[in-house]
Parts: sequence; structure tokens; C-alpha cells
Amino acid sequence: MSLKDKLLSSFIAFEDYLEDDSPIHDVRNEAIKHFEEKGFPTKKEEAWKYTSLRTLLKEDYSLTPYKESVVEFKDVKKYFLHEVDTYKVVFVDGVYSSFLSQTTHDKLDVCLLSAAFSKDKYKSVIETYFNKVAKSESLTSLNTAFAKEGAYIFVPNHVESDKPIEIINFSTGNEAAAMLQPRNLIVVGENAHVQIIERHQSLSGNAVLTNAVTEIFAEKRAHLDYYKIQNDQHTASLLDHTYIHQERDSICKVHTFSFGGKLTRNNLNFYQNGEHCDSVLKGITILEDNQHVDHNTLVHHISPNCESHQDYKGIFDDKSTGVFNGKVLVEKEAQKIDAFQQNNNILISDKATINAKPQLEIFADDVKCSHGCTIGQLDEDAMFYLRSRGIGKKEARALLMYAFANNVLESVKIPELKKRINKLIANKIGVSLGFDL
Amino acid sequence: MLKIKNLRAGVEDKDILNGIDLHVSPGEVHAIMGPNGSGKSTLAAVVAGKEEFEVTEGEVLLDGEDISELDPEERAHKGVFLSFQYPVEIPGVTVTNFIKTAINETRKAQGMEDMPAGEMLKKIKEKADLLEIDRKFLSRSLNEGFSGGEKKRNEIFQLAMMEPKLAILDETDSGLDIDALKVVANGVNKLKSDDNAVIVITHYQRLLDYIVPDYVHVLMDGKIVKSGPKELAYELEKRGYDWIKEELV
Ligand SMILES: Nc1ncnc2c1ncn2[C@@H]1O[C@H](COP(=O)(O)OP(=O)(O)OP(=O)(O)O)[C@@H](O)[C@H]1O
Ligand SMILES: [Mg+2]
Repeated sequence: MSLKDKLLSSFIAFEDYLEDDSPIHDVRNEAIKHFEEKGFPTKKEEAWKYTSLRTLLKEDYSLTPYKESVVEFKDVKKYFLHEVDTYKVVFVDGVYSSFLSQTTHDKLDVCLLSAAFSKDKYKSVIETYFNKVAKSESLTSLNTAFAKEGAYIFVPNHVESDKPIEIINFSTGNEAAAMLQPRNLIVVGENAHVQIIERHQSLSGNAVLTNAVTEIFAEKRAHLDYYKIQNDQHTASLLDHTYIHQERDSICKVHTFSFGGKLTRNNLNFYQNGEHCDSVLKGITILEDNQHVDHNTLVHHISPNCESHQDYKGIFDDKSTGVFNGKVLVEKEAQKIDAFQQNNNILISDKATINAKPQLEIFADDVKCSHGCTIGQLDEDAMFYLRSRGIGKKEARALLMYAFANNVLESVKIPELKKRINKLIANKIGVSLGFDL
Repeated sequence: MLKIKNLRAGVEDKDILNGIDLHVSPGEVHAIMGPNGSGKSTLAAVVAGKEEFEVTEGEVLLDGEDISELDPEERAHKGVFLSFQYPVEIPGVTVTNFIKTAINETRKAQGMEDMPAGEMLKKIKEKADLLEIDRKFLSRSLNEGFSGGEKKRNEIFQLAMMEPKLAILDETDSGLDIDALKVVANGVNKLKSDDNAVIVITHYQRLLDYIVPDYVHVLMDGKIVKSGPKELAYELEKRGYDWIKEELV
């Protein structure tokens, strides 16, 4: 049975098992119909030209874990930003772990989507926001159909979250192959501030396929900093879909650090629905072996006087492949837009590839749009310069790669996180330098 | 200290150095002059180990050891330093971090511990003062957006920090204003001792008024065609290179 058929038949059982009065019953049914029609994306679709899901879909994934797993904190501590106090919403094989989590309902709600679905007090929030910015795209619909668990974060107006929030999805590998579909809903109220760190982490070498959807709503003057740490096992794949709805004067920044995983697809979509929005998309991708990362971004400028900044850096070794497909869409009404896009890549090995495609669709006439894309090797003259000063080949390479990625880290606001990423980069490059950049 | 014997080098099928012989003893200053494109920078780069150039014949001995097969960093560890004619811009790495890394990597290769942070800071301050470099300058990205003169001064700052055995200055004077030239030359002279040596590549006699050479060599078409005392530089300044060409025929 194909994965699609398996999913379709398991949906029936899944719906049976949920209560009928679930507020999203209809939404789920719509979604599964849409997925059934569309199926998994193939390379024939323009947006999937360079990323094939074929081999991934051949695995025989278990869709629900058979047994609950116990994970000890000490074994997974390193995946948390444990140097600072954080709220934590943690899932193990798709099941909420109250033991590893630290939630709150104090000034803000950091809890579970399943709880939000079932409790009356969240009813209006769910009605207002759930599945409102996510688009009907087959993988998103698939996630919506099975939407059951994930993080629910609601930051009320004028509240500044006192700690960063970590959303972590562990998979234990109890099954030979598992498919997970976390669904997050994040609402940042007017003038509210929040920082979120998201991570998917497999704890074994067994195959995992995660099809995640995160919906984010940033109300007027809201500030959101979102960090995606993608440093998973080489047997774990991630199809990530993040949709961000911005109201006027809001600032949303998403940093994506892609170092691990087998296949990663990042669909990152911003919709600017009011004036003076700022959207920032930054990424560092460092790959080796046969790793594959596809950044598919969209900034939809719907309102005038807004800005967007995209800055993605990639370093590709061995036979790894990268894709950058950055789309900026400026509507006719969206005058006086400043849209900036930059994508720089270094190919370390001659077997590595990068497919970069900026896509600017501009219907307004008074806009400032710029984009630049470079693909190159490490500069030989720079290498010689460093080496002639006594810096070894490996360190010189590392230094240049560090320097190359450096400015993307500048905007990381949590110092401990910045240090972490720095270390991850150093590890990934296989060198330790005497200083942080 | 440095013995270059019948050195031939080039790129692919182009010969650039056509049999160079040069002996530099400790305590000496040698000047190399010659027309554009004669191979001066190539000679410097080959001694420093740039892989782009292939050595087809001859040898480069440093204290009796053939270094022509060594990596650039290994040569640096043995005390070779090249001040670049065109220093490379490295955005994202500050001057301070760069020099710290260079010094500690070199010490590591020599089996020494890292230089203690306090000592490092003191040395940086001392050498920056010697070359009249503003402290703010040191926290900027290496050579990025530096003026031509600032780049050259920064090269000599690195030289002062690394204290090499053999320093090769490739057109360090070009781009420096008259005052800066004095400061930089003074810096080089302060570092000069009976144990180290300097090779100065220049087009102008002026620098040699400050850094006084023991020998002047003329490089043409990849060969040293004439050597003489410092007075040779005056003659070149006055008469150019044509008379040497004529002498050769
Ligand atoms: N990588 C290279 N590939 C091809 N030719 C090269 C290369 N490097 C140097 N050359 C050539 O070798 C010759 C010597 O160059 P070099 O830079 O050594 O001259 P130079 O004496 O330093 O000149 P200048 O006084 O202008 O600095 C020139 O003709 C130059 O074009
Ligand atoms: Mg030259």
C-alpha cells in the first residue's frame, strides 16, 4: 500500500477515534479531501523541481506510536537551551511529555494544541486563527487533516514573554520508521514580544519523516523572533511549513539553521497585511554527505510601506545539494516597499550542487527591490593570505567559512543561543577556533 | 639564511622565474627592483609557498633546509613572512582575532602553549603604538574597506606581531603617504636585528633611504640580471632600466 493510501485509510480510524464535536471536524475533512486530490508533490511541480520525495515516501512509516516512550532528561539535555531558563513544550513521538515540558498560563499561554481544541476558553481563539493563514497546499492539508497535537502559544496584548519558549519534537526510533505531523499555533498579540526556538530531534538512527505546520499571527506592533535549529540525524527528514500573518508595525524574524537531517524542505511564507511591517528571513545552511536542504520562501507584500530582508548563506560539501527559491510578490497596492534578498553559496566539493532561483513578481511601481545571488568556491587568494600567516589549511578554511556565515548570526538575540550555533558551526566545519565571531 | 638556487617557476605553460640565484644572510637587507611584470611578486609568492605557481627547477633553502615542498603555513612557522602587494580583504574576521589566531597557530606548530591573553594584549598595544595604528582599527574586519595605505600599515603591524626570521616586503611603500612611509620604515628598522633578514621589493629609491639595503638586485624577465650596493638604486632611479638591457646584449 502506498503511503498516500495508508494515510487515507488511517484517517477514517483517526476521525472515528476523535470526538464528533471537535471544533475542527469539518476542517479536517476538507483537508483530507484536498490531500486525496492532490497527493504528494512531485518534481513535475515547479516548486518541487529540485526536491524529490520519492525515496522518502517508499518507507513503511508507522503513523501512530504503539507504545509510549520514556525519555530521561539527562539523555536529551543537550538539545535544550539549558543555559537559560525557558518555557518548554516537548513531544516524544508526537505525544506530549509533561515530564520534559515546562508550560505556563501565567501571563501567557504556553501549552498544547489538543488542550486548546478541547477547552471552551480557547474556542474563540481556535475559531479566529486555526487554519486561517495556512494555505491549501497538499502537504499542509495532510497535516491539517491529522492536526491533533503541537504547541499552542498565545501571548496576550502588551505582554512580553519573560523567557524564550522551546518547542521540541523528539522521536525515539521505537518504530523502524515513523511519520510525525506536529501542528503549532502561535498568536502574538498587539505590542507583545516573544522568542521561540524550534527543534526536531531524532534520538536513533531509524527513519523519521516529519511533516510540520506552524501558523503564526503577529498582531499590531508585535515582535516575534523565531529560531529553527535543524541539526537532526542523517536518517531524519523534515517537511516544514511555516505561515506568518503580520499586522501593521509588526516585526517578525525567522532564522533557520540547517546543519543536519537527510532531506529538509522549508516552506516559509510571510504575509504582510498592514503598513510598516518588517519581515526578516535569515538562514545558514551547512551540508555534507548526501544531505539536501530546500529553502522555499515567500514574502507577500500586500500593504504599502513595508520591508523584507532575506539573507541566506549556504556551504555545501561532498555530494550535498541545496535549493534556494526565494519569491517576493509585491501587490499593486503595496507601494514604497523595500524588499531585499541575498543568497550566497560556497561549494566546497565539486560534487555538491546548489540551485538558486530568485523570483520577483512586482506589480507596484514605486518599490525598492534588490536581490543578489552568488555561487563560488573559497577564495584561493584569501586562503593563501591566511596560510602565509601560519594558519593551517583546515583552520583557514574554517575561518573563511565562519566569516562567510557570520553576519547571519549577528541578529540572533539570545546570546546563549548564538554561542550554541557558533559551536554547532565549528563542529560542523570540524574545527575549534580560539574565539567566537 | 635564505639560499635560492637556480629557481625556475611558472604557471601552466608560462615560465615566470627563469633561474634565480639569491643568497641572504642574517642581518642583511636586500632590495629587489625591476620593471612591472618582471616576476618580483612571483618570486615572493614562491618563497612563501603559493601553490598556484609550480616550481620546475632549483631549490629554496631556509637555514639549509629545502622548503620548496612545504605548505605556506609550514613556511610561516619556520619564520617566513610576506607583506602582500595586494592584501586580501577578509570580511567577518577582525584584525585582532586574525592576528591572535595567526600567532597561536604558529606557536602551536612550534610546540608552544597559546600566548597568555594578557601578554597578547600588551603586545598588540605595543606594536599598534609603534606603527601609530588607532586601536579602533583593530576591531574592524581585516582589510575590508581599508585604504591602500591602511592595508600596508596593517601588513607591517602583522609583521611586528609575528617577528619572523625572513620578511619579504612586496611594494609596501606603494600607497603610503610620506609620513606613513617614515612610520612604517621606522617600524621595520626597529624589528631589524642581526638574526633576521629583510627583502624589500620596491620601485622607488625613496623607501631605501629609510630601510637601507646592503644589496640591490635588478630582476628582469624572471632573472636577476644585476646586483650591486645601495648606490645602484640611485642609478636606477635616474636612468631607468634600459641601460641594463643594453649592457646585457
Ligand atoms: N597566476 C598567473 N597566471 C598567469 N600569469 C601570471 C600569474 N601570476 C603572474 N603572472 C605573470 O607573471 C609575470 C610576473 O608577474 P609579477 O606579479 O611577479 O610581476 P611584478 O614584477 O611583481 O610586477 P609589478 O611591479 O607590476 O608588481 C607577469 O607577466 C604576470 O602577468
Ligand atoms: Mg608585484
